[in-house]
Order: sequence, then structure tokens, then C-alpha cells
Amino acid sequence: MDNIINLSKVSKIYGTAVKTQVLYDVDLAIKPKSFNGIIGASGSGKSTLLNIVGTLDRPTFGEVEINGIRTDQMKKNDLAKLRNETIGFIFQFHYLLPEFTAFENVLMPHFIKGQKFDKRMNDRAHELMELVGLSKVKNNLAGNMSGGQQQRTAIARALINNPRIILADEPTGNLDSETTEVIYDLLRDINKKLETTFVIITHDRRIAEKTDRIIEIKDGRIYNDFSRI
Amino acid sequence: MKLAFRIALRFLSSNKGQTFLITLGIAIGISVQIFIGSLIEGLQISLLDTTIGRSSHITIAASEKNEPFNDYEAVLNQLSNQVEKMTPTLTGGAFIKTDDKTNQILLRGFDLASADQIYRFSEAVLEGGRLPAPGTNEVLMGVTLSEDYNIEIGDALKILSPAGQLTEIKVVGFFDLEVAAINASWVVSGLDLSRTVFDFDENQVTALESQIEEPFDSDLIATQMQTDVNREDLRFDDWKAQNEALLSGLSGQSTSSLMIQVFVVISVVLGIASVLAISVLQKSRQIGILKAMGINDRTSSLVFLFQGFLLGILGGLLGILFGLGLLVVFSKFALNPDGTPVVPIFINYRFMMLSGLIAVVSSTFASIIPALKSRKLSPIEVIKNG
Repeated sequence: MDNIINLSKVSKIYGTAVKTQVLYDVDLAIKPKSFNGIIGASGSGKSTLLNIVGTLDRPTFGEVEINGIRTDQMKKNDLAKLRNETIGFIFQFHYLLPEFTAFENVLMPHFIKGQKFDKRMNDRAHELMELVGLSKVKNNLAGNMSGGQQQRTAIARALINNPRIILADEPTGNLDSETTEVIYDLLRDINKKLETTFVIITHDRRIAEKTDRIIEIKDGRIYNDFSRI
Repeated sequence: MKLAFRIALRFLSSNKGQTFLITLGIAIGISVQIFIGSLIEGLQISLLDTTIGRSSHITIAASEKNEPFNDYEAVLNQLSNQVEKMTPTLTGGAFIKTDDKTNQILLRGFDLASADQIYRFSEAVLEGGRLPAPGTNEVLMGVTLSEDYNIEIGDALKILSPAGQLTEIKVVGFFDLEVAAINASWVVSGLDLSRTVFDFDENQVTALESQIEEPFDSDLIATQMQTDVNREDLRFDDWKAQNEALLSGLSGQSTSSLMIQVFVVISVVLGIASVLAISVLQKSRQIGILKAMGINDRTSSLVFLFQGFLLGILGGLLGILFGLGLLVVFSKFALNPDGTPVVPIFINYRFMMLSGLIAVVSSTFASIIPALKSRKLSPIEVIKNG
């Protein structure tokens, strides 16, 4: 089976006057429908790696292929379209739009896609909110919800356009351990039901151990790569 | 486009205090612009009305000074389509004899029906008087003239032409045209009486006087008339040629009013631009996350252009209301001792619409820099820096 994410010899250097190299010739291939964890110490380069995979950042050297398309030389607006249709993001700090309700936040990637909002979409948004257990607060403004509710809204939002890949950067970083457990079970569930590929950064080894594959990053290089499947 | 509009609307409505303040800023700027513009316009209209409202804009007279010209009716008929108000007049210097004194006056014979449209004698006649009946020896007299020589309504006087001919006249009223020189020298009669006094022929007048819709076009229209009539024995004088000082005063006033308005609009534009620029910073997190979700650069800049546009519409409408309010208050409270407004206000709806349009255009224009900032914003900066 072809890889859905393919990184070859990816390096990232920040700064012009003072240069800081964050990634060194990273080769990484992710299989479709897999559930992957990335672990590593702070400053090891794991977030940079995820941002490059998510096309939010560009590699200084190397090639990036998402869903069979080279992305490292694509134009900004083409990248935006690719992100909208292929990738769902879940960030540590939720990054919801506080001016919109939970329901509107969930639908935002669909609105960005520029397609009409019909009954089918309305049903889908409701289903997703039910899936993440948010039916009761869907009309709350994003700012008026608890951390766990916001994170679940972000998960439903990441799923709305049926992306093939979901990238999550410490999605439970600021949640208590009980909620963390619930959220991971939810992500795992989605992975099985919708066959979405997951790449998740986590600090929590216990969580990482629940994934199909653990990739450990150290000093900008892949230090360990352990796969259960 | 629809999404950008929706996000813009939500950004504005979620921050009501800030939106209200910017709208108020635009509204005050536009209302000041409307107020100053209308005030100056009112001032000019009233000044113009006082100066040339009761005088001829274009006067057709014989090329040779103080001489009558023939066939005036042909000219009158020919120009009746071009000019709404035109009246023939037979005017000349004469003397009136009161008791043992002889005083110089200006006898102005008019076709009173058409002359009344220009000079509004019927409004200017003082209490107890009336307009002279056509075909009689009745006259109206300037109020100062009557006071100077103790003349009363009903008095019969004798008028002496330069040629030495004496004609009896009867005073039927006094007028006040609010110009001292006229009030002190004019005696107004029908054409027939004037013709008798000066011994002119039936088809002769000394001038055709006229008023036009657009007084500022008088020079062009006068030239056009001259071409159309094509008579070498006539000259066509327009009021502008004789009032250059007034014209330069009016034009100076217009320029300074325009300058004030331009600077007010510039300050409004700068105000909106700076507030919207700050709002891009406030909303950079949202723009960053929208970009991460796939919003393109065009839509992200449209969000701010729409905000400027919407603020312009709101501010423009509110500004027009404030401006009207200011004008009403000014015309109610800034009064002359006789109760009339110091400056009569003319509400020009086209000017107000234009000001509203200026508000919309300038605030959209002011949002260009914030829109470009939003366009340049990279999602990674927001993701990395929180």
C-alpha cells in the first residue's frame, strides 16, 4: 500500500543571521489508516515535523509528499486548499474561533471549502457533535465552554471535511487525565470507524503506548521507530 | 466571499464596544463634513440670492449706451424657449417735481407681470400700496425716495423728461427692495407710461432683462443668445462680468470649505485604518487558525475589507443623521434678532448621499492596509507563538 505521508531527507533551519537547525535529514513514511504517536523532549523538533507534514511550515531542504502530491514547492493558496480537504488539525490550545458557536466552529472547514450548507451537512455536523458528546452545548460560543468541550469541538471540526489525515499536537496537553483517556479512546474509535490516518504528538508515554507506531524524535532526528503493525 | 462577509460581520458584532466607537468616529467626521458643506452652501445660496436674486442675470441692450433698440418683441419671442424669466424695460433718467423742488430719479418702465418674476415687486410693496395698473399713469416709488421728499400714497406729481416733457403721475405704493441705491432712486411704472415720458416708439425698449436657472452659466448662455439673435446693434451683458469681486469671494469660500472637508475625511480614514490595523493584531489568532484550516489569502484579506465597508455604511448612515441633526439645531438656535436663521440651511440630498458614499469608499480604502496585513499573516506564526 502507498504511504499517505512521505518525508524524504527533510531538514529545517530557522533564522538567517543566527542559524538554528531543528530537523536533520528526516525520512518518514506513514501508512494510510494507521494511528501514529510522536514522542520526544521539548525542543526535539517534533512540532516542527508535524507542522511540515501539515504544510503549515516548509522544509529548508528535502521533499514532502501528502496523499501522493509533492507539497514543499506548492503555492500558498494551493496548500490552503490541500489542508482544507485532506488534513484535519487538532492543536493543544484548541484554537477555536471565540466569535462563533461550537456548531459553527465545527462547520468552518466546510464553509471554507465553499460548498453549500444543506440538510446532509447539517446532519453530519450534528452526528459528529454527538460522536464527540457535545450535542448539548453546540450553540454555546466557543469561549463559553470547558477545556474538554473545546477540545472535543476541535476534534469534530477536524473531521467535518472527511480528511484522510488528522494531525494532533498534544491534543490533551492541558486536560486532566480522565478527560485525556476519554479523548484518546475517541480518537482511536474514529480511526477505526472512519479509517482516518492519525499522527499525534504526545508527552504521555502511557498514551503513546496505545498507538500502532511510536516514533521518537531526539535532537531533530528519528531516534526510535517502533511499530506494532 | 460570502464566508468573508460572514466572518467580518461576526468579528464586528462580537466586539460591539469597539465597533460602536469606530462607527461613532466615522459618523462624527461625516456629520462635520455634511454640516460644514451645507453651511457654506447655504451661505453662498443666500449671498447669491441677496446679491443677484432681484436683478437681471443677462441684460440685452442697445450697443450704444442709453439708447433704445427696435423690434424687441422679435428678440423676446426668439429667446422665450431659452430663458424662463425675461422682461422688457424702458428705463431712463428723469426728474420729479415736488412743490418747488426738482429731483433726479430713474424711471423704470416695466411690463409689470413679467418683471414681477424677477424683481418680486408684489412682495416688496409696503403696506397700503399696490402695483400700478397697466396703461395708466400710476407708479411705485422707492421707500427712501418717498421719505426724502415727503411723498405719500395717492400724491399726484409731475415727471420731467430730459427732453423737457412734463407728464403727470400718481403714486400708488412704495417698495423696499433692500438695496439703498434702488430704494432712493427708482420710480417704477408700466411700459406705456415710460414710453410716453421718454417719447419712444411702440416697438422700442432700452433693455430686455432676464433671469436664468443656473446663474453661474450666465456668461455661456449670454454668448449663446448673442449667436442666436445675431444682431449687431445689441450687446449682451451678464452679471458675472460685472461682479468679479463677489465671484472670487465665493470661489475662495468654496475652496476653503472643500479643504476643511478633505482634511476631515483624511482624519476619518487615518482613524479607521489605525483601529482596523490594531484589530488585525487582535484577530491574528483567528486569522491564523482560519488559514491553517484552509482559508485562502484573498478571503482572509476580504474579511478586513468587508469590515471597513460595513463600518463605512454604518458610520455613513449615522453621520448623515448626525449631520441633519446638527443642521436642524443650528437653524433653530443660531437666529438673527428677527427670528430668521443666521445662515439659512439648504438641505442638499445629493451632497448628503455623496458624503455617505465618501464614508463607505474611504473606510473601505482605509481597510486596505489591514487587509494586506491579514493576507501576509502566516498560520505558523500563530501556531508557534500561541
